[in-house]
Amino acid sequence: MKVTMRVNGAEKSGDVEPRVLLVDFLRTNLLLTGTHIGCDTTSCGACTVLLDGEPVKSCTLLAVQVDGREIKTVEGIAQGNNLAPIQIGFHEEHGLQCGFCTPGMMLVGEALLKRNPNPSDDDIRWAISGNICRCTGYMNIVKAVKHAAQLQAETAKAPAKQAAMAGGGE
Amino acid sequence: MFPAAFDYRSPASLDEALGLLAQRGDDIKVMAGGQSLIPLLKLRFAQPQLVLDIGRLPGMNEIKREDGHIRIGALVRHVDIERSAELARHLPLMVEAVHWIADPLVRNRGTVVGSVCHADPAGDWGSIMLALNAEVVAQSKSGERRIPVDGFFQGPFTTTLRPDEVATAIRIPLPTGASGGSYHKLERKVGDFATVAVCIQVEFDGRKVKRAGIGLTSVGATNLKAKKAEAALAGRELSDDVIKEAARLAAEAAEPKDDIRGTAAYKKDVVRVFVQRGLKTALGRAQEVKA
Repeated sequence: MKVTMRVNGAEKSGDVEPRVLLVDFLRTNLLLTGTHIGCDTTSCGACTVLLDGEPVKSCTLLAVQVDGREIKTVEGIAQGNNLAPIQIGFHEEHGLQCGFCTPGMMLVGEALLKRNPNPSDDDIRWAISGNICRCTGYMNIVKAVKHAAQLQAETAKAPAKQAAMAGGGE
Repeated sequence: MFPAAFDYRSPASLDEALGLLAQRGDDIKVMAGGQSLIPLLKLRFAQPQLVLDIGRLPGMNEIKREDGHIRIGALVRHVDIERSAELARHLPLMVEAVHWIADPLVRNRGTVVGSVCHADPAGDWGSIMLALNAEVVAQSKSGERRIPVDGFFQGPFTTTLRPDEVATAIRIPLPTGASGGSYHKLERKVGDFATVAVCIQVEFDGRKVKRAGIGLTSVGATNLKAKKAEAALAGRELSDDVIKEAARLAAEAAEPKDDIRGTAAYKKDVVRVFVQRGLKTALGRAQEVKA
């Protein structure tokens, strides 16, 4: 079957059997190997992608179900040559050890910040409760998401500050 | 892992879906969110010839009120329950319970009606719907049928839906007067199936119980309705003795088995404790609403 979807902003098509899982389509057909296969049984969240902005497990989704819809993978997080706030957060707070769960954790974090720009520790823990980190690095992952939230808040304020400064100079 | 090969259809109209079901119902598995079916396909526990994806059918993702009921369309996801102001007002029990189901990513895809039709005895919605006296709306070429959830479950993963039917919604009677509910679930970790869970919904007439609903999860071949316990509560005030007796009857109705999550005796006792706690919680909440 022919499927067409937007992946990280670009239209992608492929010819797949209906039984092909989205994670395999991304990794094998599109060579986007940042989306990982961990447990392959809907438990671990290593295969997390955003479907129309919401985190889902791509090992539990058929590629044909996504026809005509929008997918974001870890490869689509960066803003051009700049790291996105969620990436800076994970870098600054050392939010990873082996890195296997990190793509999923960052996508969940990004989706959370979109719905809730100022999450509590508890909000973050609930949001990542479908994603397993086997290096037991949850403390720093929570800190990383908080760091990203602060960065986003500062960036949102910055233009206002600049405008105020420009106003003060007149 | 990947499933055995199957044909896939994703009709844009209910008529088309019903046509396929009328012709080839026996070969078809209906899929909504796929969060239970796709794992089964991958493990090859299920090998249907045709997967009928109803995910693109229009008008099925609504939660709305109709003639004294809340109607939940077949494509309403768990996350939609989490965010529903309507349900938070009228059936807060559902909004509380949904946080216990799977994990946030699965809740972004999985549906309420799909979960009920999947009929996993460890599923949460089944016992919630039993406690709430809900009914499944089933559609086929020959028309619409309303099936009370009490009697819908035939055995593990088996319901009274016919091969030519698809569930299009579930209808839950709105509580009248003061009411309260609760969902108590014991699980080893987030996303796990219940060791035991108990759903309680009580409607009051003054201080007396007008109607009590008790649904049990993971303690039988299907979700169970603790009817004797429900009957023991009707018309009574919720005194400690009455609560104790209902809890005893509910534990008696449970038919758990020993497994890695606990022994049968342990699970029966958890049912007893959860029914007591649930009834007290429900009473407290009904009084809060009144105040």
